[in-house]
Amino acid sequence: MKVVKTIKLYIDGQFVRSESGQSFSMEKKGSGKKSPEQFARIALASRKDFRNAVEAAKKAHNSWNARSPFNRGQILYRMAEMLSEKQAQFSQLFQDALGQTPKLAQHELQKTIDIIIYYAGFSDKFQQLTATVNPVNGPFHNFTTAEPIGVVAYIDAQNFSLAKILNNICSIIVSGNTTVSLLGAECPAVLAPLAEVFATCDLPAGVVNLLTGHLDELSAVISTHREVRSFCFADESMTLYKQMKAQGVDNMKRSALVTNAVPTLENILHFVEYKTIWHPIGL
Amino acid sequence: MTRKKMIKKGSSSSTFTYAPALESSALVKLKKGHQLFINGRFVPAADHTTMNSINPATGKLLTKFSVAKKRDADKAVQAATKAYHNVWSKMPGIERGKYLFRISRILQIRAKEFAVLESLDSGKPIKESRDFDIPLAAAHFFYYAGWADKLNYCVPGQQVSSLGVVGQIIPWNFPLLMAAWKIAPALAAGNCVVLKPAETTPLTALLLAEVCQEAELPPGVVNIITGPATTGQALVNHPAIKKIAFTGSTEVGKLIAKTCAEQGKLVTLELGGKSANIVFEDAAIDQAIEGIVNGIYFNQGQVCCAGSRLLVEESIQETIIKKLKRRINTLRIGDPMDKNTDIGAINSAEQFQKIKKLVKAGKAEGGYFYESTSPLPSVGFFHRPCFISQQSSANLLNRVEVFGPVLSIQSFRTPDEAIAKANDTPYGLAAGIWSDKGSKIQHIAQALKAGVIWANTYNKFDPAAPFGGYKESGIGREGGLHGLLPYLEIKS
Repeated sequence: MKVVKTIKLYIDGQFVRSESGQSFSMEKKGSGKKSPEQFARIALASRKDFRNAVEAAKKAHNSWNARSPFNRGQILYRMAEMLSEKQAQFSQLFQDALGQTPKLAQHELQKTIDIIIYYAGFSDKFQQLTATVNPVNGPFHNFTTAEPIGVVAYIDAQNFSLAKILNNICSIIVSGNTTVSLLGAECPAVLAPLAEVFATCDLPAGVVNLLTGHLDELSAVISTHREVRSFCFADESMTLYKQMKAQGVDNMKRSALVTNAVPTLENILHFVEYKTIWHPIGL
Repeated sequence: MTRKKMIKKGSSSSTFTYAPALESSALVKLKKGHQLFINGRFVPAADHTTMNSINPATGKLLTKFSVAKKRDADKAVQAATKAYHNVWSKMPGIERGKYLFRISRILQIRAKEFAVLESLDSGKPIKESRDFDIPLAAAHFFYYAGWADKLNYCVPGQQVSSLGVVGQIIPWNFPLLMAAWKIAPALAAGNCVVLKPAETTPLTALLLAEVCQEAELPPGVVNIITGPATTGQALVNHPAIKKIAFTGSTEVGKLIAKTCAEQGKLVTLELGGKSANIVFEDAAIDQAIEGIVNGIYFNQGQVCCAGSRLLVEESIQETIIKKLKRRINTLRIGDPMDKNTDIGAINSAEQFQKIKKLVKAGKAEGGYFYESTSPLPSVGFFHRPCFISQQSSANLLNRVEVFGPVLSIQSFRTPDEAIAKANDTPYGLAAGIWSDKGSKIQHIAQALKAGVIWANTYNKFDPAAPFGGYKESGIGREGGLHGLLPYLEIKS
């Protein structure tokens, strides 16, 4: 008899059921049968789960930000290593749950690994490309540096792509931010192997938190949460994006719309804040 | 008479009164009515409505100016759109830059005229408009002029392009300087603008419009429409505007941000603050006193990044308060046109009432309140520099932006407590750190959630230095390379 894994949320480095006790059933795609077949049963995050995850992400921010960029780069690289090792598992999942061909699944995984490695190598370089020394009029050493902004929510509900998810999560955390990510309705089961990658790559607990839930239920709590400093939106609904932006105005939430899987410097810069320091020069 | 006694008597003592040294206002010839600047020409508002511009130092009428309504805003946006498509977006960067260099040069040679007009209209001391506002405005145009042909260096590995027509709304505390902060980077990046100055200080922006004419800037590249908040709303809601840049209160900024979010417009905001000025016991105390005074009383405290929360290490609190009292009594309050004046007039009757109301409510919460003993002029909107201590972070004057010469003082025991108190605000615009120890300064500077950190100085500005806030103090930067980014689009 098959032993089926319960798919739980990933909060503060722990695999937990929803505090609400709710769960939902994910159905197989492309199984060709008349009555849809259950693929997995997955915990359904509540608003309280989201708030708990933000608390964990906030707690993790200072220590993650205090890590050296070199160290963050190594941890991201380790993430690629762990994902690479789990390729077969991910591939099977994409075939079983989404009906992807092995070739397509393989292509997506290779792309994802390349994206993680791209950001792993950027951890100690993006600062050098964006910080400036400003030649001001007067005896001051004046410089501007990029700093992480804090807790960034990531919303990904449609057009499932593992490469897109990692493109956004890595661009958020590489500079020292932490994230609560709400993963898509099309393949929520990806949460299980993905959380295991984050749990085993030396990433400190709370840096990445993964939830599955209904966006229509959670969007308002995400956009109005005062400890969430920014959100990254990878959903197709512009109506919802505009609505969340308008709701986020109360604490001047920043936002970015990234729906592709193209890794860039710009993606990292969506989630930094620039600080200018004036320091006098003199005897 | 002992020194202490003389100081106690302050400027009311005949021993140390200064003879007035008035700047002549003859340089400025005020027209009876100022019109809107649309498509390179001065035109009246469609319905000929006007508003009064008051001299806050006398409360008397200076002149009248046109009130732009929806129809006028539309005309201005249309002119900007036409100029963008037909002229400005096609012009090589080096040519755009030359116009900005020209504007800067004209501002420099007409600086005195601008300074006098600025002080008459805004109430700020002539020495500040002369030595700070106007030269810095000219420097901003000069700095960004040089960027116009180098935009593809801005984002590593990426080509950039302009946005289109940008709507810009600016406040009354640094009228010309804010116009320069807005217009210079927008034009350098290849955009055309419609600017709305504050309703209490429209005059130097309209004089800048004359400078644009003198510089032969193509018509429609810069349009300036004057009026109250409804004029700004017409601009924000205009469908042909690609982006709004706003400097002003957090309250209004949030409304604008909401509208822009709903309409899918880009937005950058430079909003309020409650910035901490942190003094450690190892600081050069007298220098710190000057920094505290400059931090909160500069421009009558009507500065978004004013150091309005003083955090003092407990061991030196008494010394600081004693020295601060002595120092604020030497600040000369009076006629903005007098070259000796340190503290001029509050910008408007409305702001004057707001400050008085907040001070009254703040005092009612207890604590120790002290204000300068200097005499006030009998007319105009003048407020004495003051401070309140022995209150907690929860008290009104430690939380709310006053935008006036009002300082609140708290003490701390450890660097961690100073950091926690400094960050205990929804704002995050600026902060000051006073210490003799470089490593300590760097540590605190890193831990503060604020966009601008001044170490052993305060309220320093430069066109090359990015300025802007964390958290509810705004989105985006102005000044420097980073100040160009909000006016550019990355080509994908």
